[in-house]
Amino acid sequence: MSKRIDVKDLNVYYSKFLAVEDVNINIDAKSVTAFIGPSGCGKSTFLRTLNRMHEVIPGARVEGEVLLDGDNLYGPGVDPVTVRSQIGMVFQRPNPFPTMSIRDNVLAGVKLNNKKISKGDADALVERSLRGANLWNEVKDRLAKPGSGLSGGQQQRLCIARAIAVEPQVILMDEPCSALDPISTLAIEDLINELKDEYTVVIVTHNMQQAARVSDKTAFFNIAGTGKPGKLIEYGDTHTIFSNPTVKATEDYVSGRFG
Amino acid sequence: MTATLTPVKKRSALTKGQLPKAAPYIVLALALILGAAILALIGFNAFGWGIVSAILFTVGLVGWSAAVEGSRRAKDKLATCLVVGAFLISLLPLVSVIWTVLVKGLPGLLDPGFLGTSMNGVTGAFDNKSVENGAPVVGGIYHALIGTVQITLLATVISVPVGLLTSIYLVEYGDDRPLARAITFFVDVMTGIPSIVAGLFAAAFFFAVAGPGTKTGAVAAVALSVLMIPVVVRSSEEMLKIVPNELREAAYALGVRKWRTILKVVIPTAISGIASGVTLAIARVIGETAPILVTAGFATSINNNVFGGWMASLPTFIYTQILNPTSPSNPGPSDQRAWGAALVLIILVMLLNLAARLVARIFAPKAGR
Repeated sequence: MSKRIDVKDLNVYYSKFLAVEDVNINIDAKSVTAFIGPSGCGKSTFLRTLNRMHEVIPGARVEGEVLLDGDNLYGPGVDPVTVRSQIGMVFQRPNPFPTMSIRDNVLAGVKLNNKKISKGDADALVERSLRGANLWNEVKDRLAKPGSGLSGGQQQRLCIARAIAVEPQVILMDEPCSALDPISTLAIEDLINELKDEYTVVIVTHNMQQAARVSDKTAFFNIAGTGKPGKLIEYGDTHTIFSNPTVKATEDYVSGRFG
Repeated sequence: MTATLTPVKKRSALTKGQLPKAAPYIVLALALILGAAILALIGFNAFGWGIVSAILFTVGLVGWSAAVEGSRRAKDKLATCLVVGAFLISLLPLVSVIWTVLVKGLPGLLDPGFLGTSMNGVTGAFDNKSVENGAPVVGGIYHALIGTVQITLLATVISVPVGLLTSIYLVEYGDDRPLARAITFFVDVMTGIPSIVAGLFAAAFFFAVAGPGTKTGAVAAVALSVLMIPVVVRSSEEMLKIVPNELREAAYALGVRKWRTILKVVIPTAISGIASGVTLAIARVIGETAPILVTAGFATSINNNVFGGWMASLPTFIYTQILNPTSPSNPGPSDQRAWGAALVLIILVMLLNLAARLVARIFAPKAGR
């Protein structure tokens, strides 16, 4: 249960401002793809267009096609809610629901949609999701406690458990480790490695070592200057991007000469 | 040479002169004594004594501090004196009101049957008898209490859904559209509507709809909700605004629909603030007099039907008892009843404020490991 994503000629706008220009990219199923690039180059903006979270911001819109196994996310009559239930997302800052217990946070995708689920199924889903997020052993004795009582790294893994509990095809991660310490980051990176057995994972990161460690393919985004649109500069195997990039800007960026 | 060898007891370079710990108390005592002496010359009164002593205290403490500790500490003392003084001045009317109402209201409240009987059948003759023969004051506020509770409850039932839904529209769907801006503007205007105008609106509306002379508790409730809705909108709007956008996005990313996100994530997160805002809005309108006078009239007997017949309430009860004493020749018992009712009203408002705090604490998201 994972699908590939193909993006064709995508332009992303905030009202009249063109934020990301002309992106073409093919993301394989069951792989980890990393987006790297300097701040403000449109990585996160582009990531958010992949599950139609971009349009939540007033005035934001998109031109072009994003195909999920051939189906256009932006085709006429497509319900963004259906898209988002197939393409989950983990955010930069851990954001568990403060009014819910750990258990309810994991079940949020089911319960908030008012789907009926038996207690046995719910228990199994909670355990499976928390195990999938490498959090089960740490929280199994306090599932009824509020999720906000966990540490930052645990909260982020809770958010990942919440995302995989709805059984999406693709998981998007927007700098999932930028608010975490190295130990928690390691736990999440290990988790990403396991997740790619079942899911297509796309991760935005500022940390180039992290991109090198976790991803199969890497996309480098750059911006020509403030006010100019961000562009996809180079996309290829992570190994190639980091050791033998074809574009000068990519080489400068990955070797630390700028950014 | 020997002088340089003996360790000189030198002051630390890091300290400056300091006032003794008891300095404020010493200055306060001196200021009180001096103030009393000055007031004695021009005729003593407690209020003037307080003012003069406060000024003397401030001048004395700041002056002493400037002499010993330097100008920065002196400025600090001056600011402290001003802040504490402002606090005391703002506290004065509150304490004075509570004290007056307690002293004047307690005899009425402790009167047997005050909370359990109405004014039905209580005539001036009873009051004359109680003044002349020392018979107990009869009559009570039961009917007014019933009226206040029913009218306020109905007003809340009308205002909370309207106000809450309006604020949800403004925060979640408004997007700064012309309609949203218009609503915000008119809500602000409504906040400033004089309560008598709200009463006249409700009275005129029901005269047009249900025939002239329609005065019931429900009309009063409509008038009160005109006053309550803007307060509820404003407080709920602020509470919904501070719900972090991340939580909404987290729910959207799970494939949750917008209305479900609002219902299951946004409102539960903000519910403690919303609930205490509503409680404070109730406290705000429970003491309204003018709109109830023109919409529910004043009854002296118990009326349990909020939709039919005139209805009393605590504020109108106070108003009529003071303005038209039951016995014009002996207004004492009416006075006592009015102050008793005022005390009950203040207690109700206090209870509501306590309830607001309790509600906020109960609904607040629980943290903990």
